[in-house]
Amino acid sequence: MKNRQLSIAMVVTLLLAGCGGAKSDAGDNKPSAGSKGTVKLAINPWVGYEANADVLAYLLEHQLGYTVEKKNLKEEISWQGFETGEVDAIVENWGHDDLKKTYIEEKKVAVEAGPTGNTGVIGWYVPQWLADEHPDITDWNNLNKYADLFKTSESGGKGQLLDGDPSYVTNDEALVGNLKLNYKVVYSGSEAALIKAAQQATAQKKPLLFYFYEPQWLFAKEKYARVKLPAYSAGCDADPKKVACDYPDYKLDKIVSKKFADTGGAAYGLIKNFTWTNDDQNLVSDYLTNQGMSADQAAEKWVKEHESTWKPWIPAGS
Amino acid sequence: MTAVLTRPTSDVAEPESPRRRATGRTVSGILIVATVVAYLVFHTTAAADAPDAAAFRFLGDVRDWVDANRDTHPVFLYGVNYLRLGVRLLVDVVRAALAGLGLAGLVAIAGAIAFVLGGWRTALLAVAGLLGFGLLGLWPESVDTLALTLTAVLLSVLIGVPLGILAARVRWVGAALRPLLDVMQILPTFAYLAPMTLLFLIGSPAAVVATLIYAVPVTIRITELGIAGVAPSAVEAATALGSTRRQLLTKVRLPMARPTLVLAVNQTIMMALSMVVVTALIDAPGLGVNILRALERVNVGAAFDAGLAIVIMAIVLDRVTTAAARRRRRDWRIAVPVLAAAAVIAVLPIPDGLPRISFAKPVNDLTSWVELHWYDSTEGLKNTISTVLLNPLENLLVTTPWWLFTLAVLGFGLLVAGWRAALIAGAAAAGLSALGLYQHSMQTLATVLVATALTMLLGIAAGVLSARHDRLAAITRPVLDAAQTMPSFVYLLPAVALFGASRFTAIVAAVIYAVPPVVRLVERGIRDVPATVVEAALSAGSTPRQLLWKVQLPMARGGLLLAANQGIVMVLAMVVVGGLVGAGALGYDVVAGFSQREDFGRGLAAGLAIVLLGVLLDRLTQGFHRAKGPS
Amino acid sequence: MTPTIAVRQLWKVFGPRPERVVGTPLADLSRAELRARTGCLAAVRDVSFEVARNEVFVVMGLSGSGKSTLVRCLTRLIEPTSGEIEIDGEAVREMSAKRLRELRRHRVAMVFQHFGLLPHRSVLDNAGYGLEIQGVGRAERRRRAAEVLELVGLTGHEQQLPEELSGGMQQRVGLARALATDPAVLLFDEPFSALDPLIRRDMQAEVRRLHAEVGKTLVFITHDLAEALTLGDRIAVLRDGELVQVGTPEELVGAPADGYVADFVRDVPRADVLTVRWIMRPAVDGEECEDTPLPSGTVIRDAVARVLRAERPIAVVDGGERVGVVDAEQLLPALLGHRRQVPA
Ligand SMILES: Nc1ncnc2c1ncn2[C@@H]1O[C@H](COP(=O)(O)OP(=O)(O)O)[C@@H](O)[C@H]1O
Ligand SMILES: [Mg+2]
Repeated sequence: MKNRQLSIAMVVTLLLAGCGGAKSDAGDNKPSAGSKGTVKLAINPWVGYEANADVLAYLLEHQLGYTVEKKNLKEEISWQGFETGEVDAIVENWGHDDLKKTYIEEKKVAVEAGPTGNTGVIGWYVPQWLADEHPDITDWNNLNKYADLFKTSESGGKGQLLDGDPSYVTNDEALVGNLKLNYKVVYSGSEAALIKAAQQATAQKKPLLFYFYEPQWLFAKEKYARVKLPAYSAGCDADPKKVACDYPDYKLDKIVSKKFADTGGAAYGLIKNFTWTNDDQNLVSDYLTNQGMSADQAAEKWVKEHESTWKPWIPAGS
Repeated sequence: MTAVLTRPTSDVAEPESPRRRATGRTVSGILIVATVVAYLVFHTTAAADAPDAAAFRFLGDVRDWVDANRDTHPVFLYGVNYLRLGVRLLVDVVRAALAGLGLAGLVAIAGAIAFVLGGWRTALLAVAGLLGFGLLGLWPESVDTLALTLTAVLLSVLIGVPLGILAARVRWVGAALRPLLDVMQILPTFAYLAPMTLLFLIGSPAAVVATLIYAVPVTIRITELGIAGVAPSAVEAATALGSTRRQLLTKVRLPMARPTLVLAVNQTIMMALSMVVVTALIDAPGLGVNILRALERVNVGAAFDAGLAIVIMAIVLDRVTTAAARRRRRDWRIAVPVLAAAAVIAVLPIPDGLPRISFAKPVNDLTSWVELHWYDSTEGLKNTISTVLLNPLENLLVTTPWWLFTLAVLGFGLLVAGWRAALIAGAAAAGLSALGLYQHSMQTLATVLVATALTMLLGIAAGVLSARHDRLAAITRPVLDAAQTMPSFVYLLPAVALFGASRFTAIVAAVIYAVPPVVRLVERGIRDVPATVVEAALSAGSTPRQLLWKVQLPMARGGLLLAANQGIVMVLAMVVVGGLVGAGALGYDVVAGFSQREDFGRGLAAGLAIVLLGVLLDRLTQGFHRAKGPS
Repeated sequence: MTPTIAVRQLWKVFGPRPERVVGTPLADLSRAELRARTGCLAAVRDVSFEVARNEVFVVMGLSGSGKSTLVRCLTRLIEPTSGEIEIDGEAVREMSAKRLRELRRHRVAMVFQHFGLLPHRSVLDNAGYGLEIQGVGRAERRRRAAEVLELVGLTGHEQQLPEELSGGMQQRVGLARALATDPAVLLFDEPFSALDPLIRRDMQAEVRRLHAEVGKTLVFITHDLAEALTLGDRIAVLRDGELVQVGTPEELVGAPADGYVADFVRDVPRADVLTVRWIMRPAVDGEECEDTPLPSGTVIRDAVARVLRAERPIAVVDGGERVGVVDAEQLLPALLGHRRQVPA
């Protein structure tokens, strides 16, 4: 029935828009204001993100009485959603200064809504058993010594460094060149491919050097060791071509659409106040991935057990 | 079910004279020698493609322009944006109608329609299938997918049928549409999601338009075939009695083409369904979302459940439309009460109290077992093929200068496919380097060629076997049907588990994807060898092996070459998707352009390069089977 | 009286720029030469003839000689390149599209070699198609369709689909469809070629019967001489698009215009077609004849017994007047040989 009303609303919109032409957000006239409306959350494709979104969605629905629409979108496309009105909030953003520039500064369709409290770590990893076998492998200085271990059909005689989804932030090509490593960056193309490779490396005891990141549910299942690269110092990654240092820690944050920030009321307040730890997120991720819980079940379990964490998020007066 | 749609190939070449064949051989000999010599003299060091070619910048600028003018330029204000709103409205209406019926209502209505069109067997299938969605716990998602598919099919039919009629009746329309449709049919699904989001943004409208573009060529093609195939004698007779043009169309052409038109709808549905799943990448709701999420969590079992729902939907839609094509008298005395009963059930509020079943766990267990125990042997296979075939071929191609590659394509194109096809293929070859993606194109080409070779090898073997053993054919047919309807994504994960993130993984996925239609075409080619010829050969004392090699395979050559043409186009589509699992090259560029703002131009250029590669391969192979095939 | 159909200097040239052929030196080239020079094919060349009311006019020729093209030009199913066509005195080539449709709907109907039935319609609806597109109401059209179906002997098959009928029955449907609009002229393009010989003979008898019953003007195309001879009041012989001879069956067999026609009629049993007029000789002065003379229109075969039994020659009379005599000597060559005969 909701849909039918929506359709009628849209016919009206079409007619009204008739004289002035249709803007790209025409038809998205659902109130995102405090009238207990619908909140459209982007769901980016990794489980940690979903943990944030699921808990927020649960609280929005059960504590504040909103309806939540989850939209499965890649990062870049979620940002486009601010413009079209398809997305109200992104609840775990990794940097993306270029997108902030476009959508927040230039187009003015989005605003920042504070950190999530999580720290994002990007780095190079090997399976724990390999680090146990060769303890010095976790120092980048020794990587060339082990290049042969990491040779594959794709690496053209060099060692292979497996990278992930192309949407991820990476300096690996530059790092390999600038650190004079005898390695070739091979792009797995997706998080799934990366995880499969890592799992196989553990299960089959195959050496693997790969790009990965935390928080990530895989760490709750299997152990991987991080390879130490030259330490990060502010500005050492300023020129992407000359990078020769490790990745910085990312302060993950939330972004919401301008419209939502202006009219989102309690829902916006909740999202703005939301902040928790990596452990919190990993716990929910684990419920989701390894305990076979649905989004709702996982969120419910966490919310039941962590009232003191989320109580302060609820905006006063709602 | 999913009959392979072949593009029409009507030109019949004159039979070759022995002398022409001999000179042909000399010419190709000279050409090969010349190419080899030129390669030895001019080969390059395969410098990587520049990261910032002019084409990328241009496409990036296009995107920025569109972004900046989306709400101001009249093309958007009065065109594109309205289109988007209209499509969205349509989707919402269809979805509201389907969802409003509820599980019981939809099952009843679908069952009744299936009964009226196809009898009780079809009805049973439809009811069981739709209940299956509920049993799998995928009811809302299935309704979303169904709504998107039906909307796209509706639009495809509304646009495609009139165009198909025009193409069949008006010569220049047909001539103008043909190359366009050719290109649209080689376009891998992946390549035009990005342009869609550029114009229509994300969500259902973009998904429906993408699906429409993917499916409508089939609607147009088959409609054209159907209308052009109407017996001229009937048209003439009706004209002789004084029919007007409109009467000819409505009373003669359309009714006589009805079975073909229903086939057009049927095939459009199949195409649309497979595309709708992919559009989950641009925020279309439905079963595709489940598959994508399952992939993100590396959960093959969950993807299997959703894939199964899609297969069920495909089977039900296929059987119902196929039944509608059959010309039979319908007994309205039974049909009307059945429909009425269904309508009553539809308005009654019946709660959905179905138990839930899921194949996720057994499938996951099986996958883990296979992953654990097959890994070593698959590693060997991957490494052998990579070092023996893939690496040398790729090395050869990337070190060939672009102009030599273009010349070679031109030369061999002239030889096997005629000057027209050669010119088109040559232009496509030159275009690859103009886009600044020559190296990546050659890498993709190498993967495609190896995958095609493996596909043909397996496909011909399996096709021959099932052509010769009816029992085997009866068993493989439903498997092939299901394999073809399973969304291609589902194959990626097991392949990546066994073969790692590598080009070979893409090859394996491509082979799985392309073998079924090849098997089908080969089988049909062999079975179509006239029984009298086979009889004659047998009575002359041929052994079964001689029969195969001397009679059946040579006579099925047309079918085999057509299979190669289809195979290569499908392989290309899947190799590109292989960018998601480590196949790199053009596929990766597309994926990257799709998800990283600064790579957009490059991604779009890679999409274009894929199209050019497709055109090149298609022209060469299609020309080949046109020029040499026993039509 | 105006002829029902009059055709004058009709040309049909297929190919690129066909209009450049007629009225130029190109028109004098043979079909093969023209084709080599211009790529054009003259399917009908300079054909003229007239068909009288209620006549059965047969056009005969080998396959490819242009018969189908000719008959289609009559109602402009194929647009002629040049020449005139008149039906009941009205110039067909001048007609507007609307008028032409009127002609096809009410005055001229056609029966086709491959039937051209609509497979999705019942026999009854096929027969009623012509009425349907004229806008005749459903009840009326069904009544008249049933009537013509009865006329062609298909009562009881009304609700069947064409594919459920045998070839001969399908062609009866085609015939019924053509008759349903009650046209004055019926065109047949090799209607029975696709049928088995026995059925063909039945159908020929059927056409003769219908012609006798409903009395229409028929133009009948065939490549079968026997069919032409049985049906035709007059026969036109077409070769490479040109008319080589138009005449009664008797004239064709007795006096072929050239070797082509002669070849055609060579195997016809002459005694069955020719009358005694074709073999009589002038009476020698004072010659004694049998008492009863033979009318000159007697077919030879019917005269054989009498001539052979007679002791003296028999006189041949036309009206009351004696025009010649026959005896056994004239008879034998007609019975045995294929020698060219010239009427006296
Ligand atoms: N539409 C056409 N285009 C070109 N040539 C044609 C066409 N129709 C018929 N012809 C040619 O005209 C000649 C006469 O054909 P047709 O009238 O069908 O002969 P018939 O009926 O006596 O067998 C044939 O050589 C045929 O190939
Ligand atoms: Mg003919």
